[in-house]
Amino acid sequence: MPSLTLQQLEEKAVEIREDIIRMLEHAGSGHSAGPLGLADIFTALYFDVLKHDPKKPDWDERDILLLSNGHTVPVRYATMAHAGYFERSELMTLRQFGSRLQGHPERDKLPGIEHTSGPLGCGLSQAAGMALAMRMNKQTHRWVYVVMGDGELDEGNIWEAAMLASKYKLSNIIGIIDRNNIQIDGPTESVMPLEDLKDKWEAFGWHVIEVDGNNIEAFIDACAMARAVVAKPVMIIAHTVPGKGVDFMEYDFHWHGAPPNHDQAKEALHDLRTLKGKIRSEHE
Amino acid sequence: MSKSDSNLVTTKWASYKFETEPIRKGFGRGLKKAGEANEHVVAGCADLTDSTQMSLFKEAFPDRFIEIGVAEQNLVTVGSGLAAMGKIPFVSSYAAFSPGRNWEQIRTTICLNDQPVKIVGSHAGVSVGPDGATHQMLEDIALMRVLPNMVVVVPGDSIEAEKATLALAKDSRPAYLRLAREATPIITTESSPFVIGKAYVYREGTDLTIIATGTMTYQAMVAAEKLAGDNISAEVIHVPTIKPLDAVTLLASARKTGKVLTVEEAQIAGGLGGAVAELLSEQAPTKMLRIGMKDRFGESGKPEELLEHFGLTAKHIALQAYALIS
Repeated sequence: MPSLTLQQLEEKAVEIREDIIRMLEHAGSGHSAGPLGLADIFTALYFDVLKHDPKKPDWDERDILLLSNGHTVPVRYATMAHAGYFERSELMTLRQFGSRLQGHPERDKLPGIEHTSGPLGCGLSQAAGMALAMRMNKQTHRWVYVVMGDGELDEGNIWEAAMLASKYKLSNIIGIIDRNNIQIDGPTESVMPLEDLKDKWEAFGWHVIEVDGNNIEAFIDACAMARAVVAKPVMIIAHTVPGKGVDFMEYDFHWHGAPPNHDQAKEALHDLRTLKGKIRSEHE
Repeated sequence: MSKSDSNLVTTKWASYKFETEPIRKGFGRGLKKAGEANEHVVAGCADLTDSTQMSLFKEAFPDRFIEIGVAEQNLVTVGSGLAAMGKIPFVSSYAAFSPGRNWEQIRTTICLNDQPVKIVGSHAGVSVGPDGATHQMLEDIALMRVLPNMVVVVPGDSIEAEKATLALAKDSRPAYLRLAREATPIITTESSPFVIGKAYVYREGTDLTIIATGTMTYQAMVAAEKLAGDNISAEVIHVPTIKPLDAVTLLASARKTGKVLTVEEAQIAGGLGGAVAELLSEQAPTKMLRIGMKDRFGESGKPEELLEHFGLTAKHIALQAYALIS
């Protein structure tokens, strides 16, 4: 994977957001806020952080990326297409009959998807199993990255995994919480309060790094710091803006599980191309 | 008479002095042997290592054993992760909790995700005894049987449990292995056949077919000998694999005798009886009765008095056989 400059990474994230809007509009269903908020993190992961090869998705030295909150998979599909796993044109098959791009990701359908996910709370346990297996196999330079939603932390399964990873000192796990403060029924702190989230993870024996999840440079640095931690699993709490880049979606929990219609998509694409009207776009 | 190619321990079921051993003991031996044969076999347990007989494996391979704690959702999802990296994980707890508590995790991360995790549910059935209904798992066969990709195995004694464990370790599919707690008569020998997906005619007959699984096969064989004394010729088929079901063997027998009695230490809805009823109703409609738990829970008591109370003994099987053929 050729390395990109920071500016190129930021431009790539915008292109990925544009594809997310087009995919969701075309599909007519799916989740908008989470994928847009995660675009910078996924750009950083696929174009800088992860050891991977789009031409050899089963490469046995690759880092593993799990997406525990599988409903945000449009961002993963769009980033994978940009990274060269498949043609961008296939993105428009999202959620259609016969597509490899299922509404929630399935391992058997698309090479490069590491696990079938969607029902929440399972990814961290699977990461722990993978990390244990890597240790048994004496693979010391591989990491398991696992992206989770913040609403997903309501699931008890997550905290069972948190205890296990801490007990076995699985420092080859790097968890990433998409801390966007919304879930389906409203703000996380009114649905089921999570704070103090950093204290919770530290109490469970994890090393915690807090970062602006919409700052690509800061997120890449956080991953480098996470890889340097020994004897503890690491949780990166990545603060993101849900719906990032689209003015009428930002911070609005109603966009958690809804796609844009045609006019909304047009406005969203305009927002993305003009940095919400701050600059002129050549497309205008 | 027992069928000779089954190589069972006796032909005289009413008078033979059977040795007994908990079925789970055979699993413990099999898992250790599977671990010796393949370094990728690993084990995880939810705070029941001795009870589920994983302790033999743990002592032999401490670096390949993971103590999960009392966390059955984590147990199977960690198993999914281990399998994703090429391991062959056996994960054990009591059947009431795994697969009782963690069905959705099994569905998504093991079956749909198609990872060859082996879920071992011990202490299944009412013969758990004094612990009572909470711990007497009766719905597990039904729960596991409806899942695509899942294999369901219910051994009849400890020797067969050992063979089943070794076979599952070499099989690439997700699987559920159901084990019982109490000492159970050893009815097979080292040379008795076991292949995943095969049912075995343990006794040939012409008047009716008794189809049994797990601990109930012994009771069915004793019942068949009683029936023979009344000139009733019962065929007995042992079904250690409930999914995939051996349709060829079962259909041939049902067509021959025209009457089928199923016996299991589980809910008759969705269990072995359900599976056989589905098969026969479509391909060979046959007069049928199902013995098992009839839409109710168990309760505390000694194993033998519970089996008697719920009609899961040779005597009751024989009575139902009379009812079926009259």
